[in-house]
Amino acid sequence: MSNALTRASEIIDSYNCEQSNLIAILQEIQAEYNYLSEAALTLVAEKLGVSTAKVYSVATFYENFSLEAKGKHIIKVCAGTACHVRKSGPIYDAIRDYLNLTGKKKTSDDGLFTLETVACLGACGLAPVMTIDGEVHAKMTPDAALALLEQIRKEESAE
Amino acid sequence: MIKTKLTRDTFHVFQANAKNALKQSEQVPSVLICAGTGCIAGGSMKIYENIKAECEERGLPVYVGLKHDNEEEKSLHVKMSGCHGFCEMGPLVHIEPMGILYIHVKPEDCHEIIEKTVLGGEIIDRLVYHLDGVAYPRQEDIPFYKGQKRVVLENCGTSDAEDIEEYIAKGGYAAFEKALFEMTDEEICKTIIDSGLRGRGGGGFPAGRKWDGARKQKSDVKYIVCNGDEGDPGAFMDRSIMEGNPHSVLEGMMIAGLAAGSSEGYIYVRAEYPLAVNRLKTAIAKAEQYGLLGDNIMGTKFCFHMHVNKGAGAFVCGEGSALTASIEGNRGMPRVKPPRTIEKGLWAKPTVLNNVETFANVPQIILKGVDWYQNIGTKKSPGTKAFALTGNVVNTGLIEVPMGTTIKEVVFDIGGGIPNGKKFKAVQIGGPSGGATTGSEEHLNLPLDFDSLKSIGAMIGSGGLVVMDEDTCMVETARFFMEFTQKESCGKCVPCREGTKRMLETLNRIVDNKGTLEDLDLLEELADTITNTALCGLGQSACKPVQSTLKHFRQDYLRHVVDHHCPICNKEKPHPTIVADKCKGCGKCRKNCPMEAINGAVKQVHTIDAEKCINCGACVGNCPFGAIEPAKEG
Repeated sequence: MSNALTRASEIIDSYNCEQSNLIAILQEIQAEYNYLSEAALTLVAEKLGVSTAKVYSVATFYENFSLEAKGKHIIKVCAGTACHVRKSGPIYDAIRDYLNLTGKKKTSDDGLFTLETVACLGACGLAPVMTIDGEVHAKMTPDAALALLEQIRKEESAE
Repeated sequence: MIKTKLTRDTFHVFQANAKNALKQSEQVPSVLICAGTGCIAGGSMKIYENIKAECEERGLPVYVGLKHDNEEEKSLHVKMSGCHGFCEMGPLVHIEPMGILYIHVKPEDCHEIIEKTVLGGEIIDRLVYHLDGVAYPRQEDIPFYKGQKRVVLENCGTSDAEDIEEYIAKGGYAAFEKALFEMTDEEICKTIIDSGLRGRGGGGFPAGRKWDGARKQKSDVKYIVCNGDEGDPGAFMDRSIMEGNPHSVLEGMMIAGLAAGSSEGYIYVRAEYPLAVNRLKTAIAKAEQYGLLGDNIMGTKFCFHMHVNKGAGAFVCGEGSALTASIEGNRGMPRVKPPRTIEKGLWAKPTVLNNVETFANVPQIILKGVDWYQNIGTKKSPGTKAFALTGNVVNTGLIEVPMGTTIKEVVFDIGGGIPNGKKFKAVQIGGPSGGATTGSEEHLNLPLDFDSLKSIGAMIGSGGLVVMDEDTCMVETARFFMEFTQKESCGKCVPCREGTKRMLETLNRIVDNKGTLEDLDLLEELADTITNTALCGLGQSACKPVQSTLKHFRQDYLRHVVDHHCPICNKEKPHPTIVADKCKGCGKCRKNCPMEAINGAVKQVHTIDAEKCINCGACVGNCPFGAIEPAKEG
């Protein structure tokens, strides 16, 4: 086992290597590494004593798990009904264009942003909403959204 | 602060002290800052910090928690409360004892709030809610709150959600204590059956019968599971309850534990609700600390342990058997029933599975009695129901009304109608599993309860009400919901996996103005098959939005399939285009066009009139110069 997986191994141990905690373990590993690598999934399977197929099946079933590395900042545009009715679609499209994302590509070339949709954040009163790294931004417009990204880009290049 | 675990006697002492402390606290001004997800997103944490800093600067001592006898006199309480429900107007700040509600509060307003209102008793008009030129400084006078009856949400917005003492002071855990010492399991079940409490998750199954069913099962291990996987987009009632009054959910589950003979509870919460997860975990830790959860509760033989499980983003996990599969660490896929969940649920043991709101109703029913509960709502659907009112409505937010309140009262009296002078078009009730109602008088006067809505092909669902104005195309809306269910279909049964895909394809075709009248029949036929043959609730109700819009908003479909143009979607109608450089103006296309849609003089570049064109393609094949490009596929 490589050093990179030490933390993953600790997480699995903290759940007593119990299979019923599989989802919680994957959630915590993803929170740590920001995605689930093949090596991490194999380690989970080994330590829990289940097949890699089983771990893979769970990891691919749930929307929240990602098997690909994500960008530094994660943008989630709410695609819930309330946000949809208040026009969240154009916001998503504007960000996609801004980040030059096409087809199935979700992460920008500079590795700074990953764009996703989320089914509903339950902040419908503030629709349309988007989150950047978990922080909710209310009553968005395409322009306001791009201004936020612009701001982050500036801060990143300053560092 | 207590050091030992509570017994029945010390619980009574603690409760009396807490009530006394609450009474004393009510003499002192309180500033309640809404800390629901909506207001936090609006910046309410900063307001909380600023108010506290403001007090510190002035040397005003602030209470932490309730005021107790031996405590020195302090100036005010500053509390973070649960959701007030009026999310559209957030961030909200409520000031007691005056009952003032300030809206759209900004961090820089804090200085003035303390200076003028808290210390000076003066109302800041700028922060008051205004409607039609009238100011409503007091929360209870605001029309949005006036039409409501808050039972489950009563303490949301008035209490500190993380303070167990305040919960107990307001009657919390008294129902559990009563059930633990004064009622048998059979009596608890009978009370819940007699109350007529029906499952708030959408099914409307009598909760008491479920409990009684699980009680009668012979098994050494049974489970109580709370479904907080509120995946229906546009609904956030359960989130607000878990965030604003987490102890009421725990108490309801513990009473269910007594009734069914279970000592283990699981709460399954969406991962998208991090605040709810934290508040529940805090509540559990506090209840354990006081000995209200754990082994030998209040010195009895009753033990109850509570776990919180985070979902991982799968709508289907709101279905009972999928939810239990997910708790077990598997893919969240439903299974064939029977056996029912009460016979073989979590880890194949008898399981009571109810929704958050259902459990939150239980303590009050036990405490205030069956008659009290039956007096609220309608005969067949007693009690209140929380709704998330969203979409194109003036007052977006969380409301609670007695069952049987009409759609009209909810949308126009409480919701304040449609913004920007637009006309009302529809309400989608129950999200992607529900149907749409129209603006007809008959529909608007329909009572919101479990049975009435079924008559028009809608259902109350979990309680999401999305209001849509005249700028909404119902075909596009139906397509939106189908896209959602198709994506969330778990893939286990064919009707849902394949059927929703075909439905979506057809709907996409119609929205893109490429559909035909036959497509509408196809939709109806497919919907019928899927509804009747899908394995679980997700598939069985997946076609409801399509079926109800086909029935009530056929005009919208006809615009797409007959006129091939919908003024709302305003998508360009597909038609061939003539390339100007190549066109010699021979006129062959003009003569061949069956719709007379092509104009142009001889030897001049011709053009196609999109309005008249039916995209038959006759012109494309007939052009001797290859100057006409067929309509783009898109």
